[in-house]
Amino acid sequence: MKAPVSWIREYVDLPADVSTEALAAELTALGLKLEAIEKPGDAITGPLVVGRVLTMEAEPQKNGKTINWCTVDVGDANGTGEPQGIVCGAHNFRPGDLVVCVLPGAVLPGNFEIAARKTYGHVSAGMICSTRELGLGDDHDGILVLPADAGAPGDDAFDLLGLREEVIEFEINPDRAYALSLRGVAREAALAFDAPFHDPASRDVPAPNDVGYQVVIEDPAGCPVFAARTVSGFDPAAPTPDWLARRVTQAGMRPISLAVDITNYVMLELGQPIHGYDADRLTGPIRVRRATEGEHLTTLDGHDRVLSAEDLVVTDDTGPIGLGGVMGGATTEMSETTTHVLIEAAHWDPVSMFRTGKRHKLTSEAGKRNERGVDPTLPAYAADRVVELLTTYGGGTSEPGVTLVGEPPSRPMIRIASDLPARVTGMPIDAATAVANLEAVGCVVETDAAGQLTATPPPWRPDLTDPYDLVEEVARIVGYDQVPSILPTAASGRGLTREQRLRRRIGRALAGAGCVEVISFPFIGDAAFDALGLPADDLLRHTVRLANPLSSEEPSYTTTLLPGLFKAAARNLGRGATGVALFETGTVAFPADRGPAPIYGVDWRPSSAELAKLDAALPIQPLFLAVVLAGERERAGWWGQGREAGWSDAIGIVRRLGAELGIDVEVRSASRSPWHPGRCAQVLADGHEFGHAGELHPNVCKAFGLPARSAAVEIDLDVLMRHAVDVTPGPEFSTYPVAKEDVALVVDDATTVAEVEQALREGAGELLESLRLFDVYTGEQVGRGHKSLAFALRFRAPDRTLTEQETSAARDAAVALAAARTGAVQRV
Amino acid sequence: MSGPNTDYDPVEVTPLKSEEVEAARDAALAAIAGATDLEALKAVRIDHTGDRSPLALANREIGALPPQARKEAGQRIGQARGAVNQALAARQALLEREHEERMLVEETVDVTLPTDRVPAGARHPITTGSEMIADIFVAMGWEVAEGPVIEAEWLNFDALNLGPDHPARTMQDTFWTDPTENHVVLRTHTSPVQARTMLTREPPIYVVCPGRVFRTDEYDATHSPVFHQVEGLVVDEGITMAHLKGTLDHFASSMFGEGITTRFRPSYFPFTEPSAEVDLTCFVCRGAGRTDDGSSCRTCRGEGWIEWGGCGVVNPRVLTACGVDSERYSGFAFGMGIDRTLMFRHGIDDLRAFFEGDIRFTTAFGSDIS
Repeated sequence: MKAPVSWIREYVDLPADVSTEALAAELTALGLKLEAIEKPGDAITGPLVVGRVLTMEAEPQKNGKTINWCTVDVGDANGTGEPQGIVCGAHNFRPGDLVVCVLPGAVLPGNFEIAARKTYGHVSAGMICSTRELGLGDDHDGILVLPADAGAPGDDAFDLLGLREEVIEFEINPDRAYALSLRGVAREAALAFDAPFHDPASRDVPAPNDVGYQVVIEDPAGCPVFAARTVSGFDPAAPTPDWLARRVTQAGMRPISLAVDITNYVMLELGQPIHGYDADRLTGPIRVRRATEGEHLTTLDGHDRVLSAEDLVVTDDTGPIGLGGVMGGATTEMSETTTHVLIEAAHWDPVSMFRTGKRHKLTSEAGKRNERGVDPTLPAYAADRVVELLTTYGGGTSEPGVTLVGEPPSRPMIRIASDLPARVTGMPIDAATAVANLEAVGCVVETDAAGQLTATPPPWRPDLTDPYDLVEEVARIVGYDQVPSILPTAASGRGLTREQRLRRRIGRALAGAGCVEVISFPFIGDAAFDALGLPADDLLRHTVRLANPLSSEEPSYTTTLLPGLFKAAARNLGRGATGVALFETGTVAFPADRGPAPIYGVDWRPSSAELAKLDAALPIQPLFLAVVLAGERERAGWWGQGREAGWSDAIGIVRRLGAELGIDVEVRSASRSPWHPGRCAQVLADGHEFGHAGELHPNVCKAFGLPARSAAVEIDLDVLMRHAVDVTPGPEFSTYPVAKEDVALVVDDATTVAEVEQALREGAGELLESLRLFDVYTGEQVGRGHKSLAFALRFRAPDRTLTEQETSAARDAAVALAAARTGAVQRV
Repeated sequence: MSGPNTDYDPVEVTPLKSEEVEAARDAALAAIAGATDLEALKAVRIDHTGDRSPLALANREIGALPPQARKEAGQRIGQARGAVNQALAARQALLEREHEERMLVEETVDVTLPTDRVPAGARHPITTGSEMIADIFVAMGWEVAEGPVIEAEWLNFDALNLGPDHPARTMQDTFWTDPTENHVVLRTHTSPVQARTMLTREPPIYVVCPGRVFRTDEYDATHSPVFHQVEGLVVDEGITMAHLKGTLDHFASSMFGEGITTRFRPSYFPFTEPSAEVDLTCFVCRGAGRTDDGSSCRTCRGEGWIEWGGCGVVNPRVLTACGVDSERYSGFAFGMGIDRTLMFRHGIDDLRAFFEGDIRFTTAFGSDIS
């Protein structure tokens, strides 16, 4: 809402010394938030004066243009009193016209400095201005021609053009619809400065009679009040007075024609949307009803609209002629030939307005006010005000008929304990203050013997329905700056939950492993699934789809974090990084496909069974962790070669996480997109799979622009965390000397290290303290299709030094079991 | 070795003559002093204390002396050998020390060589910033509540007094899952977590809810369709707006430092009544509106305050929908953007920096925020 300060001051006797900044600050403190203060003249320095065109000679130019060489009387403003010679490219004026001249030394908006300069063979000493050059509008078709009585040559043009006018733009919250009018803003200003308020709606209006245009309300719930007045003999060519056009412009609307400008002006003044009809194009009585489903209406924006049974329509004998309260129809629209005007000022049900606006995707200044709630007592006053302006500036005559049908809805009576404001706000607000402040916002307050208050809000405050609404009114007048600052003493909490602590630990472990966390948008589409090489029936392709995605390319909530990470990795490499290790933890979603979530009432708590139905309808939303390792994992340097990331780094990270959480991670070879089929591991905790890790498929690297052999991990953190050890048992260990034995075993290529390890462990028995693979050899000595695995075994007993016999017996048992299970042959 | 010299009267055996012994001793000492490294000293040790050294050979001759002469000769030899061994030990120690010093000098490296063999990792500032915020509240005995990001429409809107026709629903442009008749949305705020908390727990409730939220905003320097919020909720007996102010003042000074406080302005949110916008003392100019050079502060546009978030007293309608006895309990709630909070705490101009994944941005924050 843009409010010119002079317009506000018209309705409230503010002290003259109240600055615009102070006014805006006080209104902000009351809840009308300052967005901006506009001072159009601030970007202009004079001289900017009225001039009278004395002569003009059209001079065609080689470039095809015709310029006018003018002499302009600017009085004494140029210091000489001689006519000013100015070249002007516009043609919409003639000698004798009053215009606005800017003289050398002046500065126009955009830091445009004016000087006498030679152009088209003349010295042009200044400029004749258009509204756009002055920052007053977009009109650049011609220069600004002033009315003949606007002033005398040499007069300062700042005041004349309203350039010293200041406009405050407010952000109006949805509950304060009354402040979408100068009436409402001025009322708040009166409250802020305790200054007298002059209600622009306070006017004598003629009593309704039977000779007015016939209006029938068939849906009083949708349209409780309808006022209609008619003006005949209106001159459609009459210009909008400058002051009115200026105010409409300052308030952020475009002047169009006198009749339209007047309806907008009155809407801005009072907050009541008005609609004007060409009365000669109406056929029969006006009726207000709900539309029949499928009925058509062409609205004045030219759109043919199919109506819903919930839409309120204004009709005449021809059918719908307007979408009530939202937008008029094309057939009865006022035009440049309209001389007979019917003014509609009606009150509409806000919910219907909201729904119709949403359904037809229509936003308008009228709709904005109607759907938030307008003062229902206004229609008769607003219609009368429009009639006054139409007859004053458009030369028409007010016809004697005055139509006013319907009744404003009854107002609620709100019971509120007089100490509620104090109890809710913590401010020392006594009953007298509560009553006084409620009355200040227009409530009628009664106090009963028990100190209970009953407040009836004023008609312009449909937002006040509950006791707490009244508390806010009382509190904002006392001032939110008066709220004391007291720290509550909280009930003792139990700290972070297990999952919250584990998540922090996982993040720190990954950062410690050299991985950098990223956050990507969780939206995905087929292109990413294709790039991952997922089969058509892959589970990850079954997504939660969005009805209104940001991009049709990514219409779903993601089921995998990998594509986002791959893109971030490629971006970093593209920006010059030689290697990246990135991770992301985030929610992914899988459809539950269990039907819709119910919508319950809000007057009581849904039962636990009902709440369970809400959860059941939600997608399954596990927390995933993904890691990508691409390019250099260890840098090359003076210490030697660097090392590129590979499959083992990815699996190593999962093992590291497992160790951090006390989980013995089992690794099995697996084959799954987007990983390399021979270099992918399935990872398990206590026999439960929780994800995959390994080298990416070469095609996936190519598709995402990653270097060959990039590696990745994706795991379900919820599963992993479920298996985390809660209480680590204190480890026991022996301090007796260690006995070391190395064994080299030759096995088939297909035999995994894990299998051999498992057999060695079991075979060695409880004297085995640790076992570690330290070499893998393939070559002639072990034969084709075989490999030699070298293990270091460490034996130790808890209670004694082991003898050589004990150690070699344990080693032999280990080798024997490995041989039996895997066919391993010991190399000697 | 000569045999026992029994046939003789005590006569002097040449090698045992005192001048011989002294000469041998002096030669040894000179050789020791002349040894300049451990290798040379080793040779000296062999030459002068070895089996074939003059003093060792002389020592053998003692037996050839008549018994009465043995004692004196023994003493003489003994003293000479002692002096040599002492000098050897001293020289050995000195040369070892010199050798070690020289070795250490020779092993000097350029300690300014790079050491970044494995690049450093980092956690995202939104993660660590959320944790920092959570910790401020946990330290006061609050708990951290969480909920699903894809949420039931009823919990995201209706339960929070945002009915189907509430104009505020148009203030928050919502991502709906398909089909919309399923009434499931990407949560537009973390408030459904508050509703869930009230629906499942008995007061007193003191929770803070950080999390990811979604709105169909354009993606630019100050807007993102995906962003992060933290909300707080208290429901207890006797809770007032003053407790809300106290909590937010504490939050502000914990997050931004002493002297940073909050200001309330009347506002409107469906789930709170009365409602307020919270402004924060500008972190850059500390409320002055001007920077040290006198120019208007860019961060707060000279106002001295920055818009931080929204808050208010929990609307009794919300308490009722969530099964809380609104006669007995009252509460307050607040919410602000984590991304935005971090943007002005760290002077980040473009919100998109959080979501680009450039490691140069993230690594600057390390594994915890400061």
